[in-house]
Amino acid sequence: MITRRGMLHALGAGCFTTLGLPGCASLRPPSGAKVVVVGGGYAGATAAKYVRIFSEHAIDVILIEPNPQFVSPALSSRVIVGDLRLSDITCSYQDLQRRHGVTRVQDRVTQIDTERHTVTLAHGHSIRYDRLVLAPGIDLMLDAVEGLAEGQAEGRVLPAWSAGSQSLALHRQLLQMRNGGVFVITIPEAPYRCPPAPYERASLVASFLQRYKPASKVLVLDANEDVTALGSLFKQVWAERFANILEYRNHYNAVAVDPHSLTVRFEFQDDVQADVLNLMPPVRAGALAVQAGLANINARWCEVDFLNFSSTRARHVHVLGDSIQGAPMMPKSGHLANGQAKVAAAAIVADLLDQPIDPQPMLTNTCFSFVNAREAMHAAMVYEYSGAAKSFRPVSGAGGASPRPSALEGSYAMAWAHNIWADMLS
Amino acid sequence: MLCVALIGAAAAHADGTAGLLVRSLAASCAACHGTEGHAVRGSTIPPLAGLSRAEFRRQMQALREGTRTAPRLMGQIALGFNDAQIEALALYFEQQRLTP
Repeated sequence: MITRRGMLHALGAGCFTTLGLPGCASLRPPSGAKVVVVGGGYAGATAAKYVRIFSEHAIDVILIEPNPQFVSPALSSRVIVGDLRLSDITCSYQDLQRRHGVTRVQDRVTQIDTERHTVTLAHGHSIRYDRLVLAPGIDLMLDAVEGLAEGQAEGRVLPAWSAGSQSLALHRQLLQMRNGGVFVITIPEAPYRCPPAPYERASLVASFLQRYKPASKVLVLDANEDVTALGSLFKQVWAERFANILEYRNHYNAVAVDPHSLTVRFEFQDDVQADVLNLMPPVRAGALAVQAGLANINARWCEVDFLNFSSTRARHVHVLGDSIQGAPMMPKSGHLANGQAKVAAAAIVADLLDQPIDPQPMLTNTCFSFVNAREAMHAAMVYEYSGAAKSFRPVSGAGGASPRPSALEGSYAMAWAHNIWADMLS
Repeated sequence: MLCVALIGAAAAHADGTAGLLVRSLAASCAACHGTEGHAVRGSTIPPLAGLSRAEFRRQMQALREGTRTAPRLMGQIALGFNDAQIEALALYFEQQRLTP
């Protein structure tokens, strides 16, 4: 992080030396336009900051987020196994306000009126927008697994898919599990948030158990046909390092759970009983997007125009991140949410300030997965917008994966996290 | 705090409206390399702000050709950008001041 002293020095020097250059004269007067951002995750926080940056502060931005701080879902499995503390993945929203002039409202949006261009807050009053950025993330489809809502409410069965108190609660369950116990992870059918995340978590738990409770097992029960991301790499790691501790089974679709005995019922196979049960149900676009009628694909995901991420149902609402139906080969990742937010922010600024829109925006993606306390591996991709396809597509020849996990990539993964958090929030 | 935007704007407005386009393109690097190329202190991923145009071009070319073996990840990303994009990025990052 840049120290305050260093920052002030940089600002002083920067302003003096650039004074008189075309850029310095061009800080824009307020346009009177207002962008409201709902959701302060990888997508929403980035959009809030970048509308301010790209508009040179000419556009007012209000960020509405109920949580007092950002807690990163990425790296939260490292909290579950105790490699990181929750504070290591928690960041303040203060710089958005202080450094970028974003108005932050800590509240929950209860209703969106896309006709009148207003959002209503839980505390009552309404805020009008010229453009709305909606980034509500995912919601768990608790009803898809009978007994899960009850199990979660009782703290017995934890999805721990969003980071925070459930990450810590699952960490405690892992610590308390008997040596010889079975830690069960169930994975829903794709698409879901962060394809490699459940396999990363399984690897990390296996690594933990190998060290501290070596008679135990991790049982990975996947509704999918196969590992959905970095498949050959994960399987190689599991075979080489966790052969006696991690077992993977495909086509296991969980349909019910008994929260008291921690027994899971599946669509086809026999019941499985767990000592710790990390049950991840299917997910869909955040409830706000569904309520506003924007989840127009299978009532689960929001369809957008990929040139500017505006909803195909409401032109002045831009939906970002995990709530959208992604372009082909485009997973739901924090990195992509951050990139989509900048594409949308540039398009919104171009539109509101009457500038040409980028006809061919680019996106990159990098997903890191840890396999133990030190080593990580990655998948990377570059996407370009195709006017003909009206969608993003992977740039041919680009992208790829690690040959194997390494400590060097582990250090890159942490550097990625710190840089992307700063890019969103600082 | 106004000055942050001013510094960023210097490069962006060298040629009028292209400013927003190149800033938006450069923002695709920011997730890993920091906003406007300013990586956080101590990051093992290097900052791009202040790199000379020639150096940026040379490194991207080497990454695309695979002549620089590490890091593989950036080689995979570099292959996604064409010459014109690399040139625009080289100019943009050269104009960003490296924060001391």
